[in-house]
Amino acid sequence: MVNVVPIRKNSMTAIQSKVWSAMLAEMAVTKDKSLYIQLYQHFAPKVKAYITRLGVMEATAEELTQEAMLNMWRKSHLFQPEKSAASTWLFTLARNQSIDWMRKHKYPEYSLDNMQGGIEEVSETDIGEQSVQSERIAQAISQLPENQALVVYMSFYEGRSHSEIADRLMIPLGSVKSRIRLAAEKLKLTLRGELSLGGEQ
Amino acid sequence: MNINHHLDEATLFSYVAGALSQGMALVVASHISICDSCRERVFETEAIGGALLDDVVNDNSPDSSSVSVKVNETALEQVLACLDEEAPVTTPGKIPPDGESTVGNTSEVPAPLRDYIGGSLDAVQWKRLSSGFYYFDVFSEQRGICRLLKVAPGKSILHHGHHGNELTLLLRGSYADEVGRFAQGDIADLDDQIEHQPLVDGDENCICLVATDYPLRFTTLLGKVIQPMTGF
Repeated sequence: MVNVVPIRKNSMTAIQSKVWSAMLAEMAVTKDKSLYIQLYQHFAPKVKAYITRLGVMEATAEELTQEAMLNMWRKSHLFQPEKSAASTWLFTLARNQSIDWMRKHKYPEYSLDNMQGGIEEVSETDIGEQSVQSERIAQAISQLPENQALVVYMSFYEGRSHSEIADRLMIPLGSVKSRIRLAAEKLKLTLRGELSLGGEQ
Repeated sequence: MNINHHLDEATLFSYVAGALSQGMALVVASHISICDSCRERVFETEAIGGALLDDVVNDNSPDSSSVSVKVNETALEQVLACLDEEAPVTTPGKIPPDGESTVGNTSEVPAPLRDYIGGSLDAVQWKRLSSGFYYFDVFSEQRGICRLLKVAPGKSILHHGHHGNELTLLLRGSYADEVGRFAQGDIADLDDQIEHQPLVDGDENCICLVATDYPLRFTTLLGKVIQPMTGF
C-alpha cells in the first residue's frame, strides 16, 4: 500500500474515500456495472441528502438524484482522479443538476478546453492524495468557528448569495465576504497540510 | 495571457457552492476558463464541496448536521435500465453555437460566454446607449444585470458605487480606475466598499462582460438621472 499520509485516527475514512475514487476511475475505463452498483449505493443517498438540503421537494430530489447518478455513468470519462476525489466530482454533478432544475437555466461551467497538459496518467498515490484531502477538509469544517461554518453551510447547502446571507444574518455584505474568505483560507491551508487539524482556530 | 487581477476568494467560493446569480456565475466561469491560477483555486474549493457531500450522510458519525436519506428501492433498478441507452454526452459550456466558432477571433470570447453570444465580439448586435457607449444584454436578471459593454477610447463611465457585488471581465482593450489598470483577461471583483470611475485608457474600444447582483449606486446627479434609462 502507498504511504501517502501519517496514520491518524480517522484514516479509515480516508482509505474508504480512496477506494471509491479508484473504483470510479476503474468504472470509467471498464464500464463494469457491478462497480457502478457499488458506487450508486454509496453515493446516491449522499447526493439525495445534498439536493434535499437545497430545499427541493422529495419527489424532485429523487428524480434529480437519478439524473446525477446516471451522469456518473455517462460522464465518467470526464472524471479526473488526479484532480479530485470521487465525492468532489459527484458534488459538482449534483450541484449542476439541481441548479439547472431550480433556475431552468444551465449553471455556467468553466471550460476545460484550455487545460494545460490534458489528462494525466494517474497513479495510486494521486488518487490517494485527493481522497485524503477530502477527509481532512470534512474534519477542518467541523473545527471552524461557528460564524464561519454558518456561511460555509449557507453557501453550499442553501445556495445563498453573499447579499442573501447578509440580509438573513443582518450583517454587512463585507462581513459575509470576510467570513467566507477566512473559512476558505483555513480550509485550503488544511487541504495543503499547512494547518494541523485540531490546532488553532 | 498575462492576467493580473483575479477573483476574490469569497466570489470563487460562492461560485463553487452554486450560490452565485446566473450572470455572476457566467462571468466567473468565463474568467476561470482563461485563468490557470483561478482554475487551480477552483479545484481546491471543489474539494470542500466533496467533503460536505461525504459528510452530509455519515452513518459512522452522530453529527447533528448529518441527515439520513434513503433512496427509493426501485431507483437503482430504474437507473440500471437506463445505462445502456444511448445518451448524447454533451459538456455544457464547451460547444459554441453552430457555425459561429470559426467567425472572428474566438480567443476573445471564453467558452462559457460563447454559448450566449457566439464566437465573435464583432458579431454582437450592439445597442447604442450614448456617444461612444454600446451594450448588449446577455440575459436579464431579477435584481442585477449581465451585459456586454463596449466603450470608446477616452470615454469614462460615470462615477458610481455598488449596493452589492459587481464583476467585470475584460475581453478587449483596457481601462483604469481607482482600483488599478485592467486589460484582457483581468477581472474586477468589487463590492459595496468601492466607488470608482473607469476610464478607457487604450486606443481601442474596451469591451467587457459585466454582472451585478444589485443596481449600481451613482454618486452624481447626472448618473442618478440617467440610471432608469440605462438599465443599470
